[in-house]
Amino acid sequence: MSGADRRVLLDPLLDNNPIALQILGICSALAVTTTLATAFTMSLALTVVLTISNGAVSLLRNHIPRSVRLIVQITIIASLVVVVDQILEAYAFEMSKRLSVFVGLIVTNCIVLGRAEGYAMQHGVRLSLLDGLGNGIGYSLVLILVGSVRELLGSGALLGINVLPLAVDGGWFHPMALMLMPPGAFFLIGLLIWGLRTWKRAQIEPSELPETALVLEVKTEAAEGGFARSVR
Amino acid sequence: MDLLALFVDAIFVDNLALSFFLGMCTFLAVSRTVPTALGLGAAVSVVQTITVPVNNLVHRYVVTEGAWAWAGLPDVDLRYLGLMVYIAVIAAVVQVLEMVLERFFPALHRAMGLFLPLLTVNCAILGGSLFMVERDYGFAESAVYGAGTGLGWALAVALLAGIREKLRYADVPEGLRGLGVSFLVVGLMSLGFLALADVRLG
Repeated sequence: MSGADRRVLLDPLLDNNPIALQILGICSALAVTTTLATAFTMSLALTVVLTISNGAVSLLRNHIPRSVRLIVQITIIASLVVVVDQILEAYAFEMSKRLSVFVGLIVTNCIVLGRAEGYAMQHGVRLSLLDGLGNGIGYSLVLILVGSVRELLGSGALLGINVLPLAVDGGWFHPMALMLMPPGAFFLIGLLIWGLRTWKRAQIEPSELPETALVLEVKTEAAEGGFARSVR
Repeated sequence: MDLLALFVDAIFVDNLALSFFLGMCTFLAVSRTVPTALGLGAAVSVVQTITVPVNNLVHRYVVTEGAWAWAGLPDVDLRYLGLMVYIAVIAAVVQVLEMVLERFFPALHRAMGLFLPLLTVNCAILGGSLFMVERDYGFAESAVYGAGTGLGWALAVALLAGIREKLRYADVPEGLRGLGVSFLVVGLMSLGFLALADVRLG
């Protein structure tokens, strides 16, 4: 595997993570992460769809008229999602009931359409496949991390197996119900982004302070600096 | 189910953005200022109010098991095609709506025309239709559900935009700026909306 290939594959994992940096595909990422098992299934489904759709769009990219390219892309993605949905229903019926509408919603997942439109339309099949796989794994990393934290703190278990001894069974752990509810997911993702950006400082967003406030800030800083110097 | 209760539930408790995380990408992207948030909120409400009942009819008379019995095809089950049909219906409704607005209500078209094409791939819109199918709503229920979820989404995005406009003056830790703090705020809003879960009407 050459250096360029490796970059295409590994870049979306941390440096350009689709969820944490590009705010793509969050819709499903939060809804299915109440347990690790659902998060894992969803990751697998999305990675498969993303990789194959990137490859297919890239294969057809020179034959798709520009004016109808979005419809063609959506049709390709929707067909793949239907297949994945049917396979899940046939072989893992319980799981497909728990994932509810969220497998179907992969069709409108911004990651899949975004990579098809933004990458696969301009690049060769091999690179597009790698890009799809990389972004799929980047998405899966966040999902599995959030899923394990939520299941561990929310019900004291991992993959349905009890890890922390629950207070009701004579242990010490009181499950945090908040983690299983939607607000817990929002807080976790917010904190996760905070952590990632403290580590990878290039991802920090510029301050949104309006101009006037900035001038004020500079002035106070200057004043404080002068004060500090005079004290010294 | 009582329609009024369903309506209130769809706005607050079953809020698509805050309880089911649907349409999050656009939700965070357009909530920087109140006017854009209101424009998109209005567009989502209108499209949702139309597409959910239309998809309900399509579901009952085209896609569901045995829908083709009248044509002598009682064994035809097109449910696996549902997803593609709903997406196509949504795309068509959005297209028609855009043309109608442009022709008859140019002012409205200027206000939300920019957002309309985006809505085809908004998970809140498709999600509304999929939930309608999963929960087996009738026609009246689906109309109420569509209007309620659309309004709820618009309410949530407008509120978030209002908070974020104020938040620009806050001294947020560097790594938390922008996206991070928005998530924490959305979490708090979601807590507030959840608090209405036990309110029962009638």
